[in-house]
Amino acid sequence: MFFNYFTGNSAISTFLLACLLLLGGAILPILFLRQNRAAHLSGMIFSAAGCLAGIFSAIKGLFAESASLVSIPWLTGGINLSLKIDGLAAFFLLPIFVVGFAAALYGYSYLQHDVPRVRKIVFHWFFFNILMLSMAAVVTAGNGLQFLIAWEGMSISSFFLVCYDYEKEEVCRAGWLYFMATHIGVAFLFFFFLTAANTSGSLDFSSFDALHSLSPAMAGGLFILIMLGFGSKAGLFPMHVWLPEAHPAAPSHISALMSGVMIKTAVYGFLRMLPFLPPLPTWCAVLLIAIGLCGALFGISMAASQNDIKRSLAYSTVENINLIFLGIGLWLFGINAGLPVVAGIALIGALLHVWNHAFFKGLLFMGAGSLLHSTGSRFFAKFGGLLKRMPFSGAMLILGSAAIAGLPPLNGFVSELYLYMSVVLMGQQTHGIMAFSSLLILSLMILIGGLVLFTVCRMTGIALLGEPRAPEAENAAESAPLMLVGMAILSFLCILAGVVPSVMLAAVAKPAQALHTSTVADLHVLPFLLTWQWTAISVAVLCLLGGWLWLSSKNKISEGNFPTWGCGFQKPNRRMVYSAAGFTQFAQDTLFADSLSPHNEIVTSPDLFRKTGRFTQSLGDPLFNRFFAPLFANLSSRAHRFHKLQAGKLNIYLLYIFIATILLIGLDIYQNLRGV
Amino acid sequence: MALNIFSHLLLLLLVSPLLAGIISRVKAIIGGRHGAPILQLYFDIAKLMRKDMVLSDTTTWVFGAGPILAVAVPLLASVLIPFGSISTAPVSFSGDFVLFAYLFGLSRFFTILAALDTGSSFEGMGAAREATFSCLAEPTMFIVFMVLARLTGDLSLAGMLSAGGAGIPLFLAAVCLFIVLLAENCRIPFDDPNTHLELTMIHEVMVLDHSGPNLGLIEYGAAMKLFVLAVVLADVILPTSTGSVWLDIARFSGLILALTVSIGLVESAMARLRMVRVPQLLVGTALLSFFSFILLLR
Repeated sequence: MFFNYFTGNSAISTFLLACLLLLGGAILPILFLRQNRAAHLSGMIFSAAGCLAGIFSAIKGLFAESASLVSIPWLTGGINLSLKIDGLAAFFLLPIFVVGFAAALYGYSYLQHDVPRVRKIVFHWFFFNILMLSMAAVVTAGNGLQFLIAWEGMSISSFFLVCYDYEKEEVCRAGWLYFMATHIGVAFLFFFFLTAANTSGSLDFSSFDALHSLSPAMAGGLFILIMLGFGSKAGLFPMHVWLPEAHPAAPSHISALMSGVMIKTAVYGFLRMLPFLPPLPTWCAVLLIAIGLCGALFGISMAASQNDIKRSLAYSTVENINLIFLGIGLWLFGINAGLPVVAGIALIGALLHVWNHAFFKGLLFMGAGSLLHSTGSRFFAKFGGLLKRMPFSGAMLILGSAAIAGLPPLNGFVSELYLYMSVVLMGQQTHGIMAFSSLLILSLMILIGGLVLFTVCRMTGIALLGEPRAPEAENAAESAPLMLVGMAILSFLCILAGVVPSVMLAAVAKPAQALHTSTVADLHVLPFLLTWQWTAISVAVLCLLGGWLWLSSKNKISEGNFPTWGCGFQKPNRRMVYSAAGFTQFAQDTLFADSLSPHNEIVTSPDLFRKTGRFTQSLGDPLFNRFFAPLFANLSSRAHRFHKLQAGKLNIYLLYIFIATILLIGLDIYQNLRGV
Repeated sequence: MALNIFSHLLLLLLVSPLLAGIISRVKAIIGGRHGAPILQLYFDIAKLMRKDMVLSDTTTWVFGAGPILAVAVPLLASVLIPFGSISTAPVSFSGDFVLFAYLFGLSRFFTILAALDTGSSFEGMGAAREATFSCLAEPTMFIVFMVLARLTGDLSLAGMLSAGGAGIPLFLAAVCLFIVLLAENCRIPFDDPNTHLELTMIHEVMVLDHSGPNLGLIEYGAAMKLFVLAVVLADVILPTSTGSVWLDIARFSGLILALTVSIGLVESAMARLRMVRVPQLLVGTALLSFFSFILLLR
């Protein structure tokens, strides 16, 4: 009977096949513990195959008429185990499997040098596939218990993946920070699900509609719970502190997977739970908008100042995820303020950004990983001139940068357009303070957009162009073919989604319609975007220009080798190439708050003829250093006072249990007496 | 429509270098000199196109992409805007103003990368400045578009720029657009297009290593960008048609000429601002555009 589920033609049957393949990918490498190559290969092949099957199931789910559902009663647990793929779930499943597929191919080559250490490889593929499985399970879970189990599976497997290079101390530190953050977050979710189950009488999502009867104050409370719970996983400001630590520590394809899709499962959870809440008070929406704006501005300013490429990308993830929450906030606000069109456009913008960010951030982390792989460093100071040495990886990194900056004709532009349009529409249609707020929101969003351009110019310009700054960069070589294939898949999607946005809009229609009352057709006040004439003109102009230039300049490039003109200076050397820190300094002086300025440490010798000098610049997260670190230090010192309770002797623990039982019995008797 | 596109692009290609000639002639007259011919930029471009170019060993394909996009972007952006009431916008859709602004972002991205591609620290410095200042100039442009959207109830550039109306908000918006035009085209008081070797340069520093046809394309692209933004400003100032084609043409060309002359006057009357003052002026302009929006909220 169980096999019936696999034979059907529905989305869920393909999905179950995908899960089975992923499970195979987790277990097979363990069986190959003595043949390291076989273990490595089987892990990759099964996870890639599982992801392919998953992509098909997600596409089926996106365009199916009705939701696809499996439900098995589980008597012992007292609940129905159910998997459900509806529009929203399928919308989030697709990027998970797409980025997972690319990451599996990329990771195969990326970890090639670790193949002799078979335990590490087995360990990696086991947790990689478990992470994929649990992300898929989070998105398809039909009840709270399953959701939480899958959520924990996701947190734990990704923790182990972050700690892949466990020999390094800083990696373990980053891993523990991530572990802490994600578990503090899940505590809020436990609280939310218990409250919800208490009100509705069951953990099934289908019964959560009973929450609609709650009071507005209670709704606000539940909203705060899910905002904190999901926000800490997603990197919502100010709970983002784990991201810039964990992403640089993890292997690059894992960073791509975590940053591109894992944190999006939190956005999914948030969007899944929101409709169950009763109509929210307006302050919830305003709070979300404010947090989203602050977080995006903070994230991108920090990204612009980092000296470590992966840390910079991690902060850029903070910016993007906060932008998504800003979009969700605008959606909620629009509903409350009676502006359905503004709300719908903001929601579509936020949803599209989920996809777009998965594609370009996956690509960028993989590109950064390629630089790391061939130079052995994550720091801009060790890069330079890499486009010449790694032409394909470099070109794709530039493409991803242009996409993340929202430049046409790439995918980032489409979602930015929607987000901007919702704010402009709000400014156009409302009055008074609302219109004024949209003015502020728009100008900050544009400022954020400008800073993104700044950040990516710095990232690609300093890392890929110019002269190599270190021998490692001088000797860098192009990445292995499979790594390039992984990146090429995501590059292709960035271009496709930008040039033919109607594909994405068709995909977003179902989830948007499920969440939003009016249909997407109503939202086409924005009659669409990038018309065919526009595309034709762009292609024609670019072809003509490129062709003309090629023809005209074919014979015009002077023969011989010429250096860059040094403005009369005869002996320019590599250390004079503009640095990442120099690129940002002017912006730091004129634009950024003092708290975002890096700490400079300058060491010079006191001699008259100075021999050695040293300059180091570091920028820690101000929120972590000034808020979270003191807070937790304080908490732990207070908690130490209770340390005596934990005596470590069995008889004392038995005494605790005994006392607790007596108290509970007493409480019960007392309540009975009062009841009588 | 093909004819419309063709006439748009042709007008842009033919007329744009004239503006630079007029500006330098105005500056020459005020400075008491005779000055170069008004058609000088045409001669310059024609000459540069015939020359050979020197490519540094450090550079890659990115170095060539900068000049191509510098020309392609104004051409593409021009089809989104109407040329006065003479010629309507060939392509128009709701939200195209975002495309208009981000197209210039695309050319800026590649100009900055081309500058960094040379590996010269001097050009890197210019690139950093350009990237920083553009963050501050962009919001003003968007707020002006939001003012126009509110005034006209339209969300496409074609509609926003061709509706009638006057008043203080529109006047403030026009002033803001003029300042943005100066900033975007690297004119005084933000930048000086005439000098290269000064430590406070922005745009000219970035194109220092370009030569021959590449430099010609950059000069041409800069002229077209100036023309496109001047047309946007002209559209804002005189929106409605008079009914007579010839009168419309005369009015439109007269206004473009007046704007060009006033750029020349500004350049003659002012010195370039100190680098630290530039952000202040840009933020001030943004605030001015805030006021023009607030005036609409009554």
